[in-house]
Amino acid sequence: MPTEARARRVVAREVTARRDWLSRIWTARTRSVIKELVAHLYLIPISITMLIPLVWLFSTSLKPKGMVFTYPPQWIPNPIRWENYPEALTILPFHLFFRNSMIYCITILIGQVLVSTLVGYAFARLRFPGRDLLFWLVLIRMMLPGAVTMVPSYVMFSKMGWVNTLLPLVVPGWLPGLYSSSFYIFLCRQFFMGIPLELDDAARIDGADHIRIWWQIILPLSKPVITTVGIFSFIIHWSDFMGPLLYLHEMERQTLALGIQTFRGAYDTEWHWLMAASSVMVIPIIILFFSAQRYFLRGISMTGITGR
Amino acid sequence: MSAIATKLFGQRALRWREALTGYVFISPFLVGFLWFTAIPMAIALYLSFTKYRIIKPPEWVGLRNFVRLAQDERIRVALFNTFFYAGISVPLYLVTAFVASLAMNLKIRGIRWYRTIFYLPSVTPAVASAMLWLWIFNPQWGLANQAVKLFGIRPQDWFMDPQLAKPCLIFMGLWGVGPTMIIFLAGLQGVPESLYEAAMIDGAGSWGRFWNVTVPIISPVIFFNLIMGIMGSFQVFTTAFIITTGGGGGARSYGAGGVLDCLLFYVLYIWQQGFSFHRMGYACAMGWLLLTIILVLTVIQFRLQERWVYYEAERRL
Repeated sequence: MPTEARARRVVAREVTARRDWLSRIWTARTRSVIKELVAHLYLIPISITMLIPLVWLFSTSLKPKGMVFTYPPQWIPNPIRWENYPEALTILPFHLFFRNSMIYCITILIGQVLVSTLVGYAFARLRFPGRDLLFWLVLIRMMLPGAVTMVPSYVMFSKMGWVNTLLPLVVPGWLPGLYSSSFYIFLCRQFFMGIPLELDDAARIDGADHIRIWWQIILPLSKPVITTVGIFSFIIHWSDFMGPLLYLHEMERQTLALGIQTFRGAYDTEWHWLMAASSVMVIPIIILFFSAQRYFLRGISMTGITGR
Repeated sequence: MSAIATKLFGQRALRWREALTGYVFISPFLVGFLWFTAIPMAIALYLSFTKYRIIKPPEWVGLRNFVRLAQDERIRVALFNTFFYAGISVPLYLVTAFVASLAMNLKIRGIRWYRTIFYLPSVTPAVASAMLWLWIFNPQWGLANQAVKLFGIRPQDWFMDPQLAKPCLIFMGLWGVGPTMIIFLAGLQGVPESLYEAAMIDGAGSWGRFWNVTVPIISPVIFFNLIMGIMGSFQVFTTAFIITTGGGGGARSYGAGGVLDCLLFYVLYIWQQGFSFHRMGYACAMGWLLLTIILVLTVIQFRLQERWVYYEAERRL
């Protein structure tokens, strides 16, 4: 059939022509642009969803009481009611909670940074018999669930008269017995192993002992790891709930995490106040996170510690 | 100083000095390990054979606490809840974090912003995020009910509903997969480009490259996240505690453990036995049971890893 053959030929020519046109448009560059567009198409809505809870937290915290319960939900409070903050924060002694949290976090932070760099230094750069075996102990500590020691530690500290003081919370930071401390030691060791040993030798020839090498040579070179450990430590203890719950019974000694829980017990339905109080706990962490975000994301990939 | 020491005492003395310094430097860890880990664990083991209510000295009761462990109805509930939570949340979080990390590994504009946004929720302190989600899942005015309304679903009781409470908690945890994602991302960035090129020369498509290059190379990272995920999921405490306690006055019909104990997780139950009921001996026995469970699970994981985890050049841990 001649007509059919001709038709087929026409179609074939058209297909090749279209393919030419396609290949001209469909270069590697366009493909990557389209790929990028598709990625954004997925990532933007997901990112917005991820942010919704936090937006809702701040939004509720700034609403007048009557606006909290509305349908449909109002995202932008109108009028913005800043008074929620002073009101919520003066019902309970939040300034004390804030101060206690700061004292707790900063004392333990200093201890954890100093001690984990010192211990990490020994594991990374000193030779002594049994070193690798002892390092296994650090790793084993990471594998032990804290829930086993919760009750006996309480018994021990209460016999020592440490209940209602910061001691049972802070001393295990200075003498690293905490789950997180083992991570920091591990992290510091890994980091220090990357610093050339010749530096130590040079310093030793100049007459420095190990304490000085640690303090004057290694620490100044270790800002990334120190920042990482410091921020982790701060965030973990800022959020710590179980420790203060176990040991800080008196209201004047409580931390923010615990104080907010007490607050909830009394003012459950005052959501605008509760959200204002919660925001006060979240905001410092967000500021800290953004100011040291680069170190933080790098650090977390080095250790694998989570914020909670 | 050390130069003089070398001259005076020779190489051996120097090595001995180094060893001594090493022990001194790690001594805080050793003291801490003994004081805050080893000794409490030993105390817990001893107390688990006693009846101990803090006010009176411990009284030896042999295996009675362990017999009770076998008979306790609520511990069965707590174990069920914990295994349920772990069994669903660990695979779910791992897969989610992995998929997210693949997206975060794309070389596109603004990827830093995406990483930050995905990570941000996980730094929210647990107490604050529990409060926030309680508000979102509020049965009367919560955002969740307003959202499901859009799909024509009638309002739910969420945390107050024994059927929904655990799924809600798992959903809430999904919000905090950032750290796991970042660890995966670090693993992905460590995959050598040359391997992908070699696979492409061998004719592997993008799917083949993913299964035969990416997954084997980062399998140690998957393993790490799996172990840590199991450890974490068996120790849920803070969020469950805050959701199930507190709350104002008579409107609250649920205590620690939630409605029908649907949020009674293992560590929460230890806490309750130890510090609400003051059964310290029994709580210690429960602690040791948890340790044993986690130990067994970890050993199983380490055994299984030989089948699927790929280590380059025999480098382990």
